[in-house]
Amino acid sequence: MLPVYYYLGLAIILFTLGALGVLIRRNAIVVFMSIELMLNAANLAFVAYARYWQSMDGQIFVFFIMTVAAAEVAIGLALIVTIFRTKASIDVDQISTLKG
Amino acid sequence: MSLSDALNAGGYFYLVPLVVIFPVMGLLINIFFGGRMGEKAIGAIACLASGLSFVVAFLLGISLVNHPEAVTISFMDWNWITVGSLQLDWAFRVDTLSVTMMLVVGGVGTLIHIYAVGYMHDDVLHNGDPGRFRRFFVYFNLFIAAMMILVSANNYMMLFIGWEGVGLCSYLLISFWYEKGKDGIGNALAGKKAFIANRIGDFGFLIAAFLMFKYFQPLTANGVFSFDFDSVANLASQVPQSAILAITLFMLLGVTGKSAQLPLYVWLPDAMAGPTPVSALIHAATMVTAGVYLVARSHAMYSLVPVAQNWVAIIGAVTALFAATIAVAQYDIKKVLAYSTISQLGFMVAAVGMGAYVAGMFHLVMHAFFKALLFLSAGSVIQGVERGEHEVEQDPNLRKRMKHEAHFDPQDMRNMGGLRHRMKTTFWVYLVGALALAGIVPLAGFWSKDEILAEASVLNPAIYILLIIAAFFTAFYMGRQIFMVFFGKARSEPAAHAEESPAIMTIPLIVLALLSIIGGFLNFPTFHTFTTWLEHTIQAVAEGVSGGEAATVGGFNIVVAILSSVIALGAIVLAWYLYMRRTQAMQKLPLNQRPDDPLRSIIGPIFTLLENKYWVDEFYGYLVIKPYQWLAKFLAEKVDWDFWHDFFHDTILVRGFNGLTRILSGPIDLGLIDGIANFMGDGFKELATQMRKLQSGYVRTYALSIFIGVIFIIGYLILRLG
Repeated sequence: MLPVYYYLGLAIILFTLGALGVLIRRNAIVVFMSIELMLNAANLAFVAYARYWQSMDGQIFVFFIMTVAAAEVAIGLALIVTIFRTKASIDVDQISTLKG
Repeated sequence: MSLSDALNAGGYFYLVPLVVIFPVMGLLINIFFGGRMGEKAIGAIACLASGLSFVVAFLLGISLVNHPEAVTISFMDWNWITVGSLQLDWAFRVDTLSVTMMLVVGGVGTLIHIYAVGYMHDDVLHNGDPGRFRRFFVYFNLFIAAMMILVSANNYMMLFIGWEGVGLCSYLLISFWYEKGKDGIGNALAGKKAFIANRIGDFGFLIAAFLMFKYFQPLTANGVFSFDFDSVANLASQVPQSAILAITLFMLLGVTGKSAQLPLYVWLPDAMAGPTPVSALIHAATMVTAGVYLVARSHAMYSLVPVAQNWVAIIGAVTALFAATIAVAQYDIKKVLAYSTISQLGFMVAAVGMGAYVAGMFHLVMHAFFKALLFLSAGSVIQGVERGEHEVEQDPNLRKRMKHEAHFDPQDMRNMGGLRHRMKTTFWVYLVGALALAGIVPLAGFWSKDEILAEASVLNPAIYILLIIAAFFTAFYMGRQIFMVFFGKARSEPAAHAEESPAIMTIPLIVLALLSIIGGFLNFPTFHTFTTWLEHTIQAVAEGVSGGEAATVGGFNIVVAILSSVIALGAIVLAWYLYMRRTQAMQKLPLNQRPDDPLRSIIGPIFTLLENKYWVDEFYGYLVIKPYQWLAKFLAEKVDWDFWHDFFHDTILVRGFNGLTRILSGPIDLGLIDGIANFMGDGFKELATQMRKLQSGYVRTYALSIFIGVIFIIGYLILRLG
C-alpha cells in the first residue's frame, strides 16, 4: 500500500495546477474546469486521509463536495451562457463592469 | 359662639351664605340664559335675586333678636388662603352691625332693582341699544353680591374682596354708556376717574392691612393671623399705639376714597354719568357707605387712638360743609344730589369719627332711604322731561319753538319748573325725600341728623358748628331744587309737556317715601331701639352706657333739635324767597340782563366759585394730573422711546447682536464648524479615491486576493496551533 504522502502530494500538485489555472487562464470554461480540478484535489486529500485514519467522515465529505460541485457546474455554466449571450465573449478579463 | 349653639337658640344663621349666593345665581342666570329671555324675565330674575337676599337678611335679623351675640358661619369650611403664618377663611359674620347693612343693601337694593326695570326699559330705548338691558342687571346683581360680601365678611381680607368688587361694579356702571358723554368719551372718563380715585383709597386700605399683619401676627396665640375682626379687636390694645395710629390713618385714606370724602371725593359727582338707578344704588345708598361701615367695624382700633378719631371727624365735618356749599350752585339735578351725598357721608364719617357709631349708622340707614328716594325721583323727573322732549319733537308746531335750544339737557334744572302739575306722584315723593334730607320733623333725616348734631354738641363743639352750617346749606339747596324743579312756570317746552313715570317706577318711590317718613322711629328718643340693637356689636356703645355717658349715646337734645329745625326752616324760607319771589321779579328784566340764578346777583363771585366747585378738579389737574401726565409723557417719549428704544435697543442691543452674529457666523460657523465637516468629507473622499483603485474589475485579481487571504489565514492557523 502506498503511503499517504503520495496521495497528498498528488492532491497538492492538482490543487496548485487548478489554482494557477484560475489565476492565469482567461477563458471562463477553462477557469471553470480549473476550479473542478481544485475541488477534486480536495476530494483526493479527503479520501486519502479517510483511508489513513480508517474513518468514514472523509468519505462522506467527498460525497457532499461532489454534490455541491454538480450544483455549481449547473449554475456556473448557466452564468457563462448568459454572459456569452450579452457580451459575445467568455473572456473573464472583459467582464470588468465592477471596476471602481 | 359656635354654630350649634346658634341653632339651639332657634336662629337662621346658617342661611347667611345665601345673601351672596342668591345675587350670584341671579347674575349667572341672566348671563347664560338672559339672551333668550325678554326684558320682563331678566328684570324679574334680577329683582328676585336681590329680593331673596333681602329675605335672608330679614331672617337673620329675626334670629338676632333672640340671640344678639355675633355668630360666625364658615362657608363649607373653606380655607381660602393659607400661606405661612397667614390663614384666611371664607367665613361670614352675623351680628347686628352686619345685618343692619345687609338689610339696607338688600331692601333698598331690591326697591332700586324694581325701579330700574322701568327706568332701564326707557333708558336703553333712549340711548339706542336695547341689548344692554341684560348687561345692566348682571352688573346690578354683581354689585349686590359684592356689597353683601363686604358687609358679611368675617375678616378684613374678605371685606377687601367686596370692597374691590363694589369699586369694579361702580366703574362698570358709571361708564355703562361708555361711548356716550362729552366728546363720546365723557362717560368712560368718569368711570376711569372713579376707579382711579378708588384705587388710591384701596392702596391706603392695603397698606393698613400689611401693617396689621406686621403688628398683629406676632401677638396671636398660635402664630397664625387670620385678619378676623374678633382677633383684631382683642389684640388691638397690645399693639403699639403708633402702629394703630398708622393703621387707622391709612384705613382713613381708604374711607375717603370709597366714601367720597376730602380729598378723594372728586369721583362721585362725575359718577352721575351712570344711569340714575346706579347713582341711587351705588353712589347714595350702599357702596359709599362702605367707608362708614369700615370705621364702625374697626371701632376697637379707632377708639384706642383719639388722634385718628379726630382726623376722621374733621375730614367728615369739613367734607360735609364743603360739599354742601358746592351743591348750592349746581344746575344739574343729579349733581346737586351727588354733592349732597358727599355732604351727608361727611356727617356719617364725622359721627363715627367722634365715636358716635350708632348715630353714624343710624344716619347711614336713613340716608339710604331718602337719598335712594331722591335719586330715583330725580331719574323719574329726568325721564319725564325726556318723554316731554320726545313729544315736542313729534309735534311740528312745538318743534319750531324748541329751535333755539340746540342741545337740550334734560338734567338741567334751569330747563325745568312747574313739574308738580305734570308729575304729581314724583313731586310728592320728592318733597318727602327733600324734607327728610333737610331734617324737618318728623321725617327720617331729622332724627338721624339730630342725633349726630346732639352728640357733636357734647363731644366736639367745633365739629358741631361745622355740621350745623352744613345742615343750613343742606336745607337751602334742597329748597332751591324743589322750587326750581317743581314750582313756578315751565322754563322749556319739554318741561311743559313732561309726563309721569309708569307704576313700576312710582311704586318703589312710594315705598321709599314711606320708609323716609317712618324710618326715624327706628331710634326714637327714649326708646333707642337701634342703640340697643347695635350695642351688642359695638363695645364702645355698651361701655358708654355703663360708663354713665348716656347723654352722648343716642342722646336727644331738645335745644339742638329746635335750633337745627329753625335753621332748616329758615334755609327753606330763604330758598323760597330767592327762587320763587326773586325769580318771578327777575322775569321782568330783559333776557340779556337777567342772571341765570338769583343767588348770583347777590353773592356774585362767590357763586361763580361755588358753581365751579372751588376749581378743585382744575387744582388737582395742575397739582397731580398735569405733572403726572408730564411724567408719563417724559417716561414714554424720553425714557422709553429715546433711551430704551432708540439708544439701548437700536444702538446697543442691535449692534451688539450684529457683532456677535458676525463672529458666530464668520469665524465660528464658517471657519471652525464647516472646516471640521469639510475636512472629514474631503478626507473620506480622498480615501475612497485611493481605495477604488483596488477594485480592478478583473476576476483574477479578486481570486488572487482570496488566495493570498486564504494563505494568510492558514499560515496564521499553522503558526498559532503549531
